Amino acid sequence: MAGQNCLVTNDWICGEYLRSRSQELTDATVQHIWITAVSVAIGVAVAFPLALLARRGRRFAAPVLGLTTVLYTVPSLAMFSLLLPLFGLSAALVVTGLVLYSLTILVRNILAGLEAVPEEAKEAAHGMGYGPARLLWEVELPLALPALMAGIRIATVSTIALTTVGSIVGRGGLGNLIEDALPSFFKAQVLAASVLCVLLAVVADLLLLGLQRLLTPWTRIRAAHGPARVEAV
Amino acid sequence: MGVLGDAWSWLTIGAHWSGESGVGHRLGEHLYVSGVALALSCAIALPLALYLGHIGKGGALAVNLANVGRAVPVFAVLALFMVSPLRNAGYIPTITALVLFAVPPLLTNAYVGMTEVDRSVTEAARGMGMSGGQLFLRVELPLAYPLIMTGLRSAAVQVVATATIAAMVGQGGLGRIITAGFNTYDTAQVVAGALLVAVLALLVEAVLVALDRLLSPLRRRRPA
Repeated sequence: MAGQNCLVTNDWICGEYLRSRSQELTDATVQHIWITAVSVAIGVAVAFPLALLARRGRRFAAPVLGLTTVLYTVPSLAMFSLLLPLFGLSAALVVTGLVLYSLTILVRNILAGLEAVPEEAKEAAHGMGYGPARLLWEVELPLALPALMAGIRIATVSTIALTTVGSIVGRGGLGNLIEDALPSFFKAQVLAASVLCVLLAVVADLLLLGLQRLLTPWTRIRAAHGPARVEAV
Repeated sequence: MGVLGDAWSWLTIGAHWSGESGVGHRLGEHLYVSGVALALSCAIALPLALYLGHIGKGGALAVNLANVGRAVPVFAVLALFMVSPLRNAGYIPTITALVLFAVPPLLTNAYVGMTEVDRSVTEAARGMGMSGGQLFLRVELPLAYPLIMTGLRSAAVQVVATATIAAMVGQGGLGRIITAGFNTYDTAQVVAGALLVAVLALLVEAVLVALDRLLSPLRRRRPA
């Protein structure tokens, strides 16, 4: 009885809403997750070569970092709108916009990670006859992994929040539900979609943190034995 | 170049700049809410961050606030305000949302700037007999200045972006030109509005970079 009424009285929290629209909520969440995942994956794939390019010296670093910073300054609504003539009303538009945003954070973090690789480690690898490619994959990349993962975490969390703005072209995952609910002031839907969005960001952040621990077991050993031991090694 | 040409012609028609939904009024709204929000955010965040940094406490707050600010969607917060009784309060919902999203970068950067001041420098200053207030004004504040300005710049960029999204929930600002274009399937207007917003955001960033260089307390002491 009370469950039925909360839709009529437009309560903030409404169990009946969650029950009757669970399919709609699931679909929106799934769309939200895949838009975010595709965007961050493409973002990493584009940011990595850009970071390698920026590392080759100031001549490349200045334009790469400058361009990604300029892109980051453009407000999301304007970014999606500027891409409209190129993509039309499609998910590709939202994904492209989100990729462009993630580049700033990812390029900076990958670059910082690569530049923080100790010179001794690189020289030791050179001395053992490592070529540039093997040096990158087997020495520099693993050592830069914590910084790379930190960048992916920040990019993922902000991409999940930004995806909602994609509702301007009808491809905003949970943002679509928020936009649909606005004309009728449907409180339960706005609140549920917003809370799901934040939950998604928290869960994604924790999962990535777990992945980072899994991929870099040596950082845990370092933490357990204290920093003094690291210097001794 | 057809679309950009169309957008340019849209911008050059005088009628699009006048009236309540014209560029002039929307730009005014955008600058008004952004200015008020940025001033309020500075008034809230900077004293708190500088004080916490000076006494060296509250680090967890500063870090977590930035993370929370990133995870919460601006659009969701604006939408929540619009379905609450706050929707009839004029510019207040927009300004409140802008402040909520501008405070974290301001607070976190100013706090980190204060705590990253070299311990040996503050100890030397104390050894020279500086009081807490002198130490704050003449040592910590100038050394924290670059990060405070970085925070101010990201806060300003965030404010301009958020003021744009306010249009998606029917609030004023330049974003309304974009949303109005979407409603009438007028791509030229959408692109024209987007260009205006992008240029405004880049201008704000450029002005703050210039201001940063002009006001830097360490500028005069650099060797010529």
